[in-house]
Amino acid sequence: MAIFYILLLFIITAAIIAVETKNLLSAVICVGAIGFGASLMFLFLRAPDIAITQIVVEVLGLIILIRVCISRELTFISGPREFFAVVVSVVIIFAIFLAGIKVLETLPAFGTPIFAEVPDAASQTYVEEGLRKTGAANLVASVILDFRAYDTLGEATVLFTAIIGATVILRKKTKKLLEEPDV
Amino acid sequence: MKGMTIIVKIISGWVKVLIFLFGIYIILFGHLTPGGGFAGGVILASCYVLLMLAFGREFVEENLPLPLASKLDCVGALAFAVIAILGLVLGGSFFINFLYQKYLPGEALNLISAGTIPLSNLAIGLKVATSLFLVILVLSMFRPDMSGDKKE
Repeated sequence: MAIFYILLLFIITAAIIAVETKNLLSAVICVGAIGFGASLMFLFLRAPDIAITQIVVEVLGLIILIRVCISRELTFISGPREFFAVVVSVVIIFAIFLAGIKVLETLPAFGTPIFAEVPDAASQTYVEEGLRKTGAANLVASVILDFRAYDTLGEATVLFTAIIGATVILRKKTKKLLEEPDV
Repeated sequence: MKGMTIIVKIISGWVKVLIFLFGIYIILFGHLTPGGGFAGGVILASCYVLLMLAFGREFVEENLPLPLASKLDCVGALAFAVIAILGLVLGGSFFINFLYQKYLPGEALNLISAGTIPLSNLAIGLKVATSLFLVILVLSMFRPDMSGDKKE
């Protein structure tokens, strides 16, 4: 259990530094540290699927952000914060904190599955009959691509739309793309 | 000279094969071991990002041009939708695992098992890899030439 508290302390420290530092590049690197800490936490919670996805997306996103930060000339944030924005952020974070306490009270104890307390939960069917119904040894794959494939379809659609939007919006400024209108 | 130093170029030339192979492994074995289409696709995309950082954008564009990447993206999305609709046609319900239940049960823990799940993993992997590659390619092409555009 101690490893989780150490990781939590690491993540919170990195988050505070990311908010408070004036250098944009340092802030981006601290955000990366948060992501790697979260990935380690998923790994120790025995969720290797999410850990792999988290670390891979973190690396890719970090590369893009660092590239953007380096190519910009202005990497230092100056000037005071807006009072209204700070108040709104603090109020929203406090509301989420209160709601989180309420939600965490309903969860079962650490390490016990949710269908030990809630009878007829859907996860019980997945764990017990996932291999027989779908034939996939990896239960996560059987959930995201068979039982809950609609979610994956929606996610793929979101990604597809985002790429179309980025390609259409950004190609007005590029000269190379204007020569090939059939993209 | 485009790209980085000769050390980075040679090392990334060796490493790119391993990264690409690892991405394909993660996609193909997604129904047996941790991983899957999304994670493997991001690994494939990051392999191309490594090449883009080391050798420059033009090298990658010769290898995988933007129109081809865009078409592969569409093919991945279409394949996933076709798998879903084939479930409706052949199995009677949208996204049903018709291949496992009717035609090809396979044996658990084998590579050929689980019906449509490996096929969906392949489609998602292709889609995610080309989409993220396209994002980075388009972002690196983008140059905000504000001084030239304001006169128009």
